[in-house]
Amino acid sequence: MVNLIVDGKNISTTEGTMLLEAIRGAGISIPTLCAHEAVSRSGACRLCVVEIKKGNRTRIVTSCLYAAEEGLIVDTKSERVLNVRRLVMELLLARCPESEVLQKLSKELCVEPQARFIADSDKGKCVLCRSCVRVCEEVVGVSAIGLFSRGSHKTVGTPYNEKSDACIGCGACVYVCPTGHIEMFTTGDKRKIWGRTFKMKTCDTCGRYFAPVDQLKYISKKTGVPLKELAICMDCR
Amino acid sequence: MKENPDTQARRVQDDLRLNYGPNKKFITICAGTGCRAYGSLKVKDALEAELKKQNMNVEVLATGCFGFCEKGPMLVIHPDKYFYQQVKVEDVPEIVSKTLAKGEVIGRLLYRDPDTKKTLFREEDLPFYKKQLRVVFGRNGMIDPTRIDDYLAIDGYQALGKALSEMTPEGVISEVKKAGLRGRGGGGFHAAFKWEGARRAHGSPKYVIANGDEGDPGAYMDRSLMEGNPHSIIEGMIIGAYAVGAQDGYIYVRNEYPLAVTHLTMAIASAKEAGLLGKNILGTNFSFDIHITKGAGAFVCGESSALFASIEGRAGEPRAKYVHAVEKGLWDKPTALNNVETWANVPLIINRGADWYAAIGTEGSKGTKIFSLVGKINNTGLIEVPMGTTLYEIIYDMGGGIPNGRKFKAVQTGGPSGGCIPESLLDIPVDFDKLYEVGSMMGSGGMIVMDDRSCMVDVARYFLAFLQEESCGKCVPCREGVRRMNNILEDICAGKGREGDVELLEKIATGVADGSLCALGGSAPNPVLSTIKYFREEYEAHIKDHRCPAGVCKALITYSIIPEKCTGCGLCIKVCPTQATSGEKKKAHKINNDKCTRCGACIESCKFEAILVK
Repeated sequence: MVNLIVDGKNISTTEGTMLLEAIRGAGISIPTLCAHEAVSRSGACRLCVVEIKKGNRTRIVTSCLYAAEEGLIVDTKSERVLNVRRLVMELLLARCPESEVLQKLSKELCVEPQARFIADSDKGKCVLCRSCVRVCEEVVGVSAIGLFSRGSHKTVGTPYNEKSDACIGCGACVYVCPTGHIEMFTTGDKRKIWGRTFKMKTCDTCGRYFAPVDQLKYISKKTGVPLKELAICMDCR
Repeated sequence: MKENPDTQARRVQDDLRLNYGPNKKFITICAGTGCRAYGSLKVKDALEAELKKQNMNVEVLATGCFGFCEKGPMLVIHPDKYFYQQVKVEDVPEIVSKTLAKGEVIGRLLYRDPDTKKTLFREEDLPFYKKQLRVVFGRNGMIDPTRIDDYLAIDGYQALGKALSEMTPEGVISEVKKAGLRGRGGGGFHAAFKWEGARRAHGSPKYVIANGDEGDPGAYMDRSLMEGNPHSIIEGMIIGAYAVGAQDGYIYVRNEYPLAVTHLTMAIASAKEAGLLGKNILGTNFSFDIHITKGAGAFVCGESSALFASIEGRAGEPRAKYVHAVEKGLWDKPTALNNVETWANVPLIINRGADWYAAIGTEGSKGTKIFSLVGKINNTGLIEVPMGTTLYEIIYDMGGGIPNGRKFKAVQTGGPSGGCIPESLLDIPVDFDKLYEVGSMMGSGGMIVMDDRSCMVDVARYFLAFLQEESCGKCVPCREGVRRMNNILEDICAGKGREGDVELLEKIATGVADGSLCALGGSAPNPVLSTIKYFREEYEAHIKDHRCPAGVCKALITYSIIPEKCTGCGLCIKVCPTQATSGEKKKAHKINNDKCTRCGACIESCKFEAILVK
C-alpha cells in the first residue's frame, strides 16, 4: 500500500495504481476524455492533470499516467491545474462547437467558450482522444483505423480515407468514442461505417440482424469457434 | 602476450603521424555543406588538376566545416597556415604557382579586418576565431572525415584505448561526472547521471543513442559535426556504451543531411574494419555496434520519446516520461540518449581529464558550446566558445556586429522554442542556467540575430507557425493552443489585433507550457512570452496604433519616397513588380500605395535610401 495526500485528505491505495483511480476512489472527481477503461492510456486530452509535490518540487502531471507514490502531495484544484483544464476546454469547444458532451462537461467545469477563437467547422466532434484507434488495435486487433498527419492537420481514419479491407464493421470505435463523432448506421441487413457497407447476419434463433458477417468470420478465425456456433445472437444464447 | 588496447591504438597512430610532419606541405579545404554550395569541391578539383599540371606533389584534404561560413569557399595552406577565403576556381592557378611554389601570399584572398583594415594571414588571427576555443569543432578542419586514419592521427580513438585499458565503466562515469558534462541538445541534463541511471537499471539489452535530429531553423552545428568529424561522435558513443553496459547503439540523423549520413556510414564501416567497433573491441571482451536510423524530418523526433518511437518504426509521437528513458527507453529498455555534440565531448574528457575540462566554463555549465550564428550578423557561421562567454562577445567580437550599420535588436537563442533576448541583456554570460533565467534556453545552440528592421510580433508569429506545423498533434494544449496563439499573432500582424490580445496570449501560453505532454509544447510559448516580456510596446503599437514600428507587417505599413533623397534614377520603377512606382527621369519618383504590395524590391534597389517605410 502507498499513502498519499490528495487535496489535504490522507488516502491509501495499492502500489501501481494510477493517480486518477486513486483520486476518484477517494471520492474526488477528475474530468477525462481519453482515459477509457477498455484501452491503454495516452495522456492526450490533458483534462486529468493534477499538481503534485515531491520534496520541494511541484509539477503538473497527467493523473491517468502517473502511478501513486508514497508521501506524494496532490492538488487537484490548484490555480495551475484549473488554468490548464480551462484552456483545454476552451480549445476543445472551439474545435468541436457542436459536441453536446463537451458543452455539458464545460458547464460542469464552469468554462465558457472563448469568444476570441473562431470555431472550427471541419473537425466534427472528434477531439483526437485516440480511444477508437487504440480499441481497434488493442482489443479488436485489426488496426483498421489510425492517426494521420501531424499537428492541427491530424485526423483519424482509414488509410488514405479509402475503404478498409481490415475493418470488420464491429463498431467498437463507436462504442469507445467519448463525443459520438464516429458515424455508424445500421438499418436492416446493412451497416455503414468508415465508408464501407457491411452485410449483417441474422440470428439463427430469433431471426434478428445482430452482427456483420465479416465480424463473425473474424471472430471464428481468431478463436477457432466454428462460424455456425457464432450464428446466434447474445440474447438467444 | 596480448597487446594492451591502449598500446595497440597508439602504435597505429604513431605510424600515421609520420605522414603529417610539421613541415609537410598540404592544403585543407572546407568541404562542409555550406562551402560545397559555394563550390568548394570545384575549387578542390581545380587545385588537384593544377598541381598535377605543375608537377607538384601536394595533398589536398577536403575537410569538415571550418565554421566561418560567411567567407566560403575557404582553404588553409600548410605548413604556413595561410588562410584564403572566398576562393574561386579562377584563383587556383595563381595559388599553385605563387603560394605553393614560391611561398608568396595573394593579398586579395586574405581576410581583411573590417575595423582595423589590416590584412590577416592566418585563421587564428581573424577576429572571428580569436576568442573561440575550438576544442571540439576545431578538429573538423584538420581531417578528411572520410578517412579514419586522419582521425587517428589527431589522437582519435586514444580515449577509447585509455577507457578500455585503464578505466572501469564506473571510472568512466565518475570522470564524466567530475567534468560536469551537460547535454548539448537542449535539456542540459548531466550526461553522467543518465549513464549511471542506465547502468544501474534492470533490463537487457541496453542502448546508447546519438540524437542528430537537428531541426531548428538556422541551426547546423550538429550537421557539421556529423559531416566533419563523425569518428569523434562514434568514439564518444563507444566509450558511453562501455560505461553504460550497452551492446547496441543508434545514431538518429535526418535524411535531409545526406552528407552526414554518408560520412557516418563510412566512419562506422571503417571503425569496424579497424576493430574499434563490433565484436571484441581492441581485443577486449567488450562488444558494441552502431546502427544509423534516418529520420524523415519531423522536428518533434528530436524529443527523446518520439525519437524512440521513430526508431521502433512507429509514428514520431512523444509519450509521458514519468518512467525515465534510462530505465525504459528504446523498446522499453534502459537507454542513454545524448546529443551528437555531447558525445563528441566525451573523448576529450577521457583524453585530457575531467580537471582540464571542468576548468573551462562557468560554475554550473562546463566545457565549450558550439553555436550557429545566423541572421542579421556580419560573420555568419559556427563558433565554439567556452560556456560563460557573453552574448556581446559572440555577436560583436566574433560575429562582427550587425551588417550595414544597422542597430541590434534581439537575439533568438535555443531554436524555435527559445526566446528573444534584448540588447539590455547582451552582457549575460551564456550558459544553461542564465539563458533559462532570462526566458530563453540553450537549446541545441542556434542563435538568430535580429536588427531594428525585425518586427518582434512577426518573429513570434514565424516561430509559432513553425511549431504549429511541427507539433505532433497528440495532446490538446500543444496542437490546439499553439494554433490559436498563431491565429492571434496573425491577426495582430494583419492589423486585426484586439484589445486584450496580449493578455490572452499570456494566458494561453501559460496553459500550453503547463499542460503539454512533451518539451515541444512545454517550450512552444517561449517566443511569445519572451517577446511580450521584452517588446510589449511593439505589440501595443500593432494593436492600438495599427503601426508596425519595424516596418515589416505589410498590412500596417506604407511605402513613400523622400523627394529630397530621390535622384530620379528610375531603378525602383524598373524593379517594381506591380508598377506602383512612377516618375520622370531625374525627378523625384512616387509610389502608388493602392498598387504597392510592399515587397521591398524598391528598398533593395535604391542606393540613396530614399524609400520611407512607415
